Amino acid sequence: MSDNRYDRLEAAKPMIECREVHKYYGDYHALRGIDLTIRAGEFFSLLGPSGCGKTTLLRTIAGFEDIDSGVVLIDGKHMEDVPANKRPTNMVFQSYAIFPHLTVAENVAFGLRRDPRTKAEKAQLVEEALAMVGLKGYGARAAHALSGGQRQRVALARALILKPKVLLLDEPLSALDRKMREQMQVELIKLQRQVGITFVLVTHDQEEALVMSDRIAVMFEGQIAQLDGPEALYARPATRRVANFIGVMNFLPANVVSETDGVVTVEVPGLGMVELPEKQISRANPDDDGPTIGFRPETMTIVPANQTHTQPRETNATIDEVVYYGDMTYYDLRLEGAEGPNGQKARPVRISMRNVFGRDVPEVGTRVRVAWSPGSLVLFR
Amino acid sequence: MSKRRFEGSGLRIYTVLYLLFLYAPIILLPLFAFNSGTIIAFPLEGFTMKWFDLMIGNATLRQALFNSLTIAVSASILATCLGIFAARASTRFEFPGKAGIMGFIMLPMVLPEIIVAMSLLVVLLGMGVQLSILTVIVGHTLMCMPYAIAVLSTAFGTLDKSLEEAAYDLGETKWSAFRLVTLPLVMPGIISSLLISFTISLDEFIIAFFLAGNQPTLPTYIFSQLRFPKAIPMIMALGTVLVALSIILLALGEYFRRRGNARIGAKPTGGFL
Repeated sequence: MSDNRYDRLEAAKPMIECREVHKYYGDYHALRGIDLTIRAGEFFSLLGPSGCGKTTLLRTIAGFEDIDSGVVLIDGKHMEDVPANKRPTNMVFQSYAIFPHLTVAENVAFGLRRDPRTKAEKAQLVEEALAMVGLKGYGARAAHALSGGQRQRVALARALILKPKVLLLDEPLSALDRKMREQMQVELIKLQRQVGITFVLVTHDQEEALVMSDRIAVMFEGQIAQLDGPEALYARPATRRVANFIGVMNFLPANVVSETDGVVTVEVPGLGMVELPEKQISRANPDDDGPTIGFRPETMTIVPANQTHTQPRETNATIDEVVYYGDMTYYDLRLEGAEGPNGQKARPVRISMRNVFGRDVPEVGTRVRVAWSPGSLVLFR
Repeated sequence: MSKRRFEGSGLRIYTVLYLLFLYAPIILLPLFAFNSGTIIAFPLEGFTMKWFDLMIGNATLRQALFNSLTIAVSASILATCLGIFAARASTRFEFPGKAGIMGFIMLPMVLPEIIVAMSLLVVLLGMGVQLSILTVIVGHTLMCMPYAIAVLSTAFGTLDKSLEEAAYDLGETKWSAFRLVTLPLVMPGIISSLLISFTISLDEFIIAFFLAGNQPTLPTYIFSQLRFPKAIPMIMALGTVLVALSIILLALGEYFRRRGNARIGAKPTGGFL
């Protein structure tokens, strides 16, 4: 992802626009005022837990679901009276929906049935589409004999052969095993760069969304909680709920000391006084008791004895637990100064460090120095 | 898995007796059909084909056979077509009163047939409808529907919903998506449904007896001939033909079902044989 791509997408025209989209299933309010613009050529993800409305929104864009109010535009055109089979979108279904009674080539050519081109031209297109997804020479095979990964590729070729303006992907990788999934993530990114079509991906896997997307809309209960690029989403979650959903975040209680010109000064037991500018301040969950400070595990590092560091701040802590992962080690630390008012032990915070060859992994019970920077903190209030 | 057999448990004897009781009477059919004696008793006298000649020469029997085939073909097609609508609706859509409606459609399966036959007769006569083959077709369609729906619901129920959506998404209309994708995939179920309905209708007696007017069907004709001892060897010959036909029909149905399943890579589950 070069800056070039980012700038180009920033300037691209809107491909999908949702304005105040509401959808009910009986009494159940599935989409609660979705406002969203997806730009042409973007790899966009709808991320959220099951039941958050992400699949409903995707099916709304595809035309499989009618909306109760609001507007959906694709490439500037109103989609209200356009049924799914006339929309410039194609879908890769979660189950892939490969037609089991047809061959691979017949599956891929299915959408060309109403195309006026000659048989030979169509066969050529099918060959190209199969080659594009890495299934060259598979055309004559029976579709039901394919593996999960191959079915997925057939589904991609079948949708892309129609050169849609938007490709919709409904949890396309969830049925694959871990290795296959990671391989397909990379291939999907490459494919999207190659064809330049707008991809909209639905997923509940935050890691997958971070890896693949240009931008991500995080959804909870039929609403978009945050719409941002992967880095922004990870580093500056807009709400504590988003922070919880994406990756691991530590939370410490904070007391607001003063507030001037948008800069909030808080006192955090264990970390001391911290000044936070406006961009590091997010919304707490409604049921949180009081403001909290959040930080990611990798933003704090243990400093080996007799070594220096370049971080602006330093805190002492005791190692409570060590979890060794091979490439990484997780440490649970009790920060000094974070003890409870009646002398209770401090609640441990989790930090992660990449293991370096030749450096010892400190043991449980060791007192260590940890270095950190106020710039990596987020205040939820 | 242990390799213990039925040894010593008596289950083997039970199984043999059970199978004998089930199939011995049917084996007797061809024995006496080719036996030249007029009395159904051992010892057998000699080989003959005359009962088959007599059967073929019997105009009433030919009429009964023709009626039965007409009824069975019509009823199985009607029941299967209606069953497709019901099975698709019940497996694909949610609508108010669905459980109740499906329950009522399936009810004839457990209702005493004589009650159904009687009530149908009363209603049809009340409406002034002339009893004929047509009325039997209506009755048999009603009887076959639950079986057709049971078979078809399984076929539709195991079908991935997104297949039809995918076809629609790829530019087909709702109808062509159904025709190109759903129909070929449920075809084994449709063939099963046709066969089961055909078999049920062909040997159905009570409704045919009540609703056929003066038209004979095979079961009612056979029943009427049992009163004449002289006709019994010919009925044995007819029975032999029917058993042979049933076996051929079921084998054919099973062959097509397996071939259809192999074509879509489905696991070989259930079936008749």
